Amino acid sequence: MRAFAYAAPATVAEAVDALVALGPGAKFLAGGTNLYDLMRLEVETPPAVVDIHRLAGFEAIDTAGATELIFGAGARMSDVADDPVVRAEYPALSESLRLAASQQLRNMATVGGNLLQRTRCGYFRGGSQYPCNKREPGSGCAARGGIDSGHAVLGVSDACIATYPGDWAVALLAFDATIDVAGPHGERSVAVAELHLEPGDTPQREHTLAADELILRIRVPVSRAGAGSTYLKIRPRESYAFALASAAAGLSLDPGGTVSDCRIALGGVATRPWRCTAAEQSLLGGRLTTDAARRAGEIAFADARPGRHNAFKIELGIRTVAEALRIAAERAAR
Amino acid sequence: MGGATIVPAVETSFTVNGQTVHMALDPRESLLDVLRERLGLTGTKKGCDQGQCGACTVHLDGRRIVACLMPAVQANGRAVATIEGVASPDGVLHPLQEAFIEHDALQCGYCTPGQVMSGLACIAEGHVGSDAEIREYMSGNLCRCGAYAGIVAAVRQAGRSGI
Repeated sequence: MRAFAYAAPATVAEAVDALVALGPGAKFLAGGTNLYDLMRLEVETPPAVVDIHRLAGFEAIDTAGATELIFGAGARMSDVADDPVVRAEYPALSESLRLAASQQLRNMATVGGNLLQRTRCGYFRGGSQYPCNKREPGSGCAARGGIDSGHAVLGVSDACIATYPGDWAVALLAFDATIDVAGPHGERSVAVAELHLEPGDTPQREHTLAADELILRIRVPVSRAGAGSTYLKIRPRESYAFALASAAAGLSLDPGGTVSDCRIALGGVATRPWRCTAAEQSLLGGRLTTDAARRAGEIAFADARPGRHNAFKIELGIRTVAEALRIAAERAAR
Repeated sequence: MGGATIVPAVETSFTVNGQTVHMALDPRESLLDVLRERLGLTGTKKGCDQGQCGACTVHLDGRRIVACLMPAVQANGRAVATIEGVASPDGVLHPLQEAFIEHDALQCGYCTPGQVMSGLACIAEGHVGSDAEIREYMSGNLCRCGAYAGIVAAVRQAGRSGI
């Protein structure tokens, strides 16, 4: 691991100042489960880190509000997953956290840091022995000619097919969440839908935040579709694995059973958290039949571009969407 | 070119099994390495050193974490508990440790300290309602010998006995 300077400020304002003072390349360190791991692999080599894991008020959770749920960026994944309101009224949010990682990691990792979790592409993590446009722009993509069974089929480019690995951001995307960020020039808000980038020609750019901006909190608008929601995650083993395909689905049904609100977002199959607007539209105003759910899945994957070993993700993903919708409808009808 | 990068050592204080330690740390050092190599507490094991196996599970302020993925400087001001603090000072094993023996919940034993620390937390969290729940909440601890059935039985027994 490369040497780095370490600062542990007490407040958000001090943390923003400290990052600027420590110069280019300095990074915020929260739970450490991703950044510190990548530093050990020398995939990340910041000359300095600003430890934000104990900033004052940074882990507050407020789910009692009438218009939105508010999660401090420093809240632990396990704390948000187990919040009683989140569990009861937004099962997709709770499940996306509970099905991620292990309890040990969920006790460390923060809900802010998790949004920016970096890909698990083995060629990216494997270091300089492999070309990787994300790690070393212009060096090429080892995954395209290599083993791409875990890689994305949606949002891919010639430069990069790395899967966005997270679950939480997928569920947040389905529920129109927003983040508030602080930087040297003040605060601003960014929709989660505008946070992550497709790789295009610049896969090293994964999000729209500046290097000196700090996520303060995540805000989720209250919605009826929350109660009729699920996060369905299909993995190579039953627990403690990244998604091969996942779907966050949320539904509101009229008393007659007609779909009045529909949310679908995908994980494990795309280069960023992936909202499926056309699939959602296809279900509005109709009944959620088995055929309609399957059809929504097919629409979601209409633009899929599989590689050599990951075409299975298309049929798997379609079925994941259909099953998630079935579960969501069951919950929405309660 | 070849010159040393000077990084200030970070003065760090925390408790381990109730005893206060003060150390000047290189910020690169993991809590796992500090426990094992600096404090001689080798009960906590290094398996993957990547947060994937759970062998280094310890408790931080009463909650389970993996010590390999935490820079030890982050322990400043906090309370760390390791496997060395689980049995009584007079050597009497904790009921969960007894349950591991009773149920043959280990073969080689390398993952066992992490399993026990994780199991204690699993019970404290209340995640022992069913075998399926125990399996889910113990899934961060791998056992290459495959003693999982015994581990689940041991956690179930200790969890139901109200420790």
